[in-house]
Amino acid sequence: MTRRRVRRIVEFVIERVLFLSATGSILITAGIILVLLFETAAFLSEVPIAEFLFGTVWTPLFFDKHFGVLPLVTGTLLASGIAMLVALPAGLMTAIYLSEYAPSSVRRTVKPVLELLAGVPTVVYGYFALLFVTPLLQSVLPGLAGFNALSPGIVMGIMILPLVSSLSEDALRSVPNGLREGAYALGATRMEAALRVVLPAAFSGVSAACVLAVSRAIGETMIVAIAAGQQPRLTLDPRVPVETMTAYIVQVSLGDTPGGTIEYRTIFAVGMLLFISTFVLNLFSNWLRERFREEYA
Amino acid sequence: MIRALRVWIVVLPVLVGAAACGGGGTTESGAPAAPQVITADGSSTVAPVTEAVAEEFQRANPGTRVTVGTSGTGGGFQKFCRDETDISDASRPITPGEVEACAKTGVTYIEIPVAYDGLAVVVNPKNTWAASMTVAELKTLWEPAAQGKVTRWNQIRSGWPDREIHLFGAGVDSGTFDYFTEAIVGKSKASRGDYTSSEDDNVIVQGVGGDENALGYFGFAYYEQNHDKLKLVAVDDGDDANGAGPVAPSPDTVKNGTYRPLSRPIFIYAKVKALERPEVKSFIDFYLNQGIPLVREVGYIPLTDQEYMMVRNRFSARTTGSMFEGVDSHSQLTLEQRLTR
Amino acid sequence: MTRAVAGTVGTIGTTRARYARDWLFTSFGLLSTLLGLVALGALLYDVVSDGAGRLSWQFMTSYTSRRAADAGIYAALVGSLFVIALTAAIAVPLGVAAAVHLEEYGGRGRLSRLIEINIANLAGVPSIIYGLLGLGLFVRAMGMGQSVLAGSSTLALLVLPVVILSTREALRAVPNSLREGSYALGATKWQTIWNQVLPAAFPGILTGLILSLSRAIGETAPLVTIGALTYVPFAPDSIWSPFTVLPIQVFAWVSRPQASFAENAAAGILVLIGLLLVMNATAIALRDRLQRHTR
Repeated sequence: MTRRRVRRIVEFVIERVLFLSATGSILITAGIILVLLFETAAFLSEVPIAEFLFGTVWTPLFFDKHFGVLPLVTGTLLASGIAMLVALPAGLMTAIYLSEYAPSSVRRTVKPVLELLAGVPTVVYGYFALLFVTPLLQSVLPGLAGFNALSPGIVMGIMILPLVSSLSEDALRSVPNGLREGAYALGATRMEAALRVVLPAAFSGVSAACVLAVSRAIGETMIVAIAAGQQPRLTLDPRVPVETMTAYIVQVSLGDTPGGTIEYRTIFAVGMLLFISTFVLNLFSNWLRERFREEYA
Repeated sequence: MIRALRVWIVVLPVLVGAAACGGGGTTESGAPAAPQVITADGSSTVAPVTEAVAEEFQRANPGTRVTVGTSGTGGGFQKFCRDETDISDASRPITPGEVEACAKTGVTYIEIPVAYDGLAVVVNPKNTWAASMTVAELKTLWEPAAQGKVTRWNQIRSGWPDREIHLFGAGVDSGTFDYFTEAIVGKSKASRGDYTSSEDDNVIVQGVGGDENALGYFGFAYYEQNHDKLKLVAVDDGDDANGAGPVAPSPDTVKNGTYRPLSRPIFIYAKVKALERPEVKSFIDFYLNQGIPLVREVGYIPLTDQEYMMVRNRFSARTTGSMFEGVDSHSQLTLEQRLTR
Repeated sequence: MTRAVAGTVGTIGTTRARYARDWLFTSFGLLSTLLGLVALGALLYDVVSDGAGRLSWQFMTSYTSRRAADAGIYAALVGSLFVIALTAAIAVPLGVAAAVHLEEYGGRGRLSRLIEINIANLAGVPSIIYGLLGLGLFVRAMGMGQSVLAGSSTLALLVLPVVILSTREALRAVPNSLREGSYALGATKWQTIWNQVLPAAFPGILTGLILSLSRAIGETAPLVTIGALTYVPFAPDSIWSPFTVLPIQVFAWVSRPQASFAENAAAGILVLIGLLLVMNATAIALRDRLQRHTR
């Protein structure tokens, strides 16, 4: 066996190994889908899908079992909605300010600092929500329950703010200066140029960022697990305890659920719903970015 | 330097893999050889005691390791009867169904009462109206029929404020849950489902402590540890024979039996097979000797000295099976009477 | 281009009003930017004021305890380091190999495109879903139990997409002239990659790795789902051992209502943030040092 041939065999083997590693990533997705699908299918063989998706009472762990997931869904939407009310306007305004107004020295210092917000572990945000924000809100809103959707919602918004501002700012800055200058030449103020010219031009990136932010909020776990409560209820009142889909999964995981029981399967059914929602949102975000992208020569 | 680092990228995983497979003398199931971990799981009511004992035990015997999970009494028994844990913490006796499950897998156990507990019903300190409640009122509040219907304080007793009630209580795997529902509603596990239920009593404490309109229940020790955040509700069982009028839980009322129906013994169940390991046996011995002052420190009520001696004898004799087979745990026989049977 | 600009000005009020609105808008922009910074400041202030007093040698070397004053972070710290090391050991070979394939060997074919889309999507999946995967696959189906191995495997899957993406970026940044020079000297493809491309891309790969590990070290949800316990008064000593990590210990302490445990939680958070800072500083230092070497 010549050295040449050995080398060629080695190269061939290595190439195959590398290929397998790459396709392994598909295995991960397949694994997620399979695990979720398997347990969800078992779940749905016992609980009709209409009851799951449209039922309004969620008591799967109790004697009198009901499997309507809507209370968890409204809990998630409530907390995420509040988060978006904080993150989207503030994030967008920050992006516009940094890209259109701020001198580059300010931008260079502020941007990394905001990135720090995104790097803080979520359990720290949970601590902040429960032990700082909730008492603060309680002094303003008497009657606010210790567990509620408002506090974690606001804190989630703060956590997601850098995501929105960073991605939007990138999108805004990629709009060529010629457009801005044309607007200024016509006498527009910076606000008018920003809102009526630059923002629409950057629509694809900005909208994609917003949708991504929603996806992030829906999938967030620890902040709501610590501060929102564990009471599934169908309500839009942000001042009372609720339970989100993610917090439910944590609640059951902290207890004991033997494999193969219907209770065990509920976390996968809820997980499946969560996965599909975030997956669809991520795809939507990608589509927005591609579809509305303006190519500037 | 980079050459060396590149080599490490390949070598390190191999080393780790080798260490994984070879290290610690792993068996087929992956459990390492001695010193093995002593695993306890189950009731979050009993957990503070077991945790305290575990901590002191590990301090006195370096090298031993004890983990304490809080999956709830029911969850703990499920793991116990699947032969996954050595000790099951329980805030109620083992049920016939669980006895059968253990029999099927061949798990034999020794039932060891370790303390008395009073189930405390608590409200927020700012709650000025609910100083006491009758068992009947608690039943209208917690029974399954109340779900979605009984949501305001003035529905329990007229004259109370027209405000929402926020309920916090034990999770369904919890012995506290089984016990409370049996004593108050009359049937174990029969409860409304629209409340914040948690296996972790700390969540209930936080919930009630942070909400003026809240009401919750858990083991007395959790009240004692957090009495500055909570207010006790005295319970009136309507039976003047054991204490007239509403009675609040306290070490005395639990011990002398006037705090009814919410007084109960709490247990640990030790797997007989695990007792072959010297560390497990010495842990239980430690529990029943040096553990007694810890019971009070944690907030529970110790058994009488006579009862502890009988429990120790029961353990040395390796008496298996449950003293409560087929009987309600809060029936009239005292522990002492049971232990002598 | 004209379309975008032409619709602009028109009749939207007097010049004074327009400039007033602009000024208002500027202020809003400034306030929004400050909001993020103020929030970060409040967070840090809150954590430091609650927890700094609790940091001590005793805190760092004790195990958890029912008594808040005795409780310490040792078991969680060791657990975190152990889990992260194992996660890196699993994720690095897989991730780098996959990225090398995609970047150096992969064609523009359908399969490569599919893999790329797949990886991009995986990066956006909520971390708790990875926990469910770990529970169903590693803990139950493969029987690893609630061990360090199961936790690290789950986290490795979580960070893998990011490792692959950042490694690809690093590989892309290597100038082609380096590769071509190597081929010109008669080296095979793999020899080129192993001896030239990877070393050149190493700083970038390392930075990406440490950043993704920074994320992993702060992850709570996936490990809770696979069953990491909240009361573990010992440090793990093998990959089959039960374990706890810093964020879960913080979570356990936050869940306790006593104020003294809240202090412990804050101190634990400071340790966690300290660890993150050390990791990121190491990443930056290593990257700078290695970049100088490869010049």
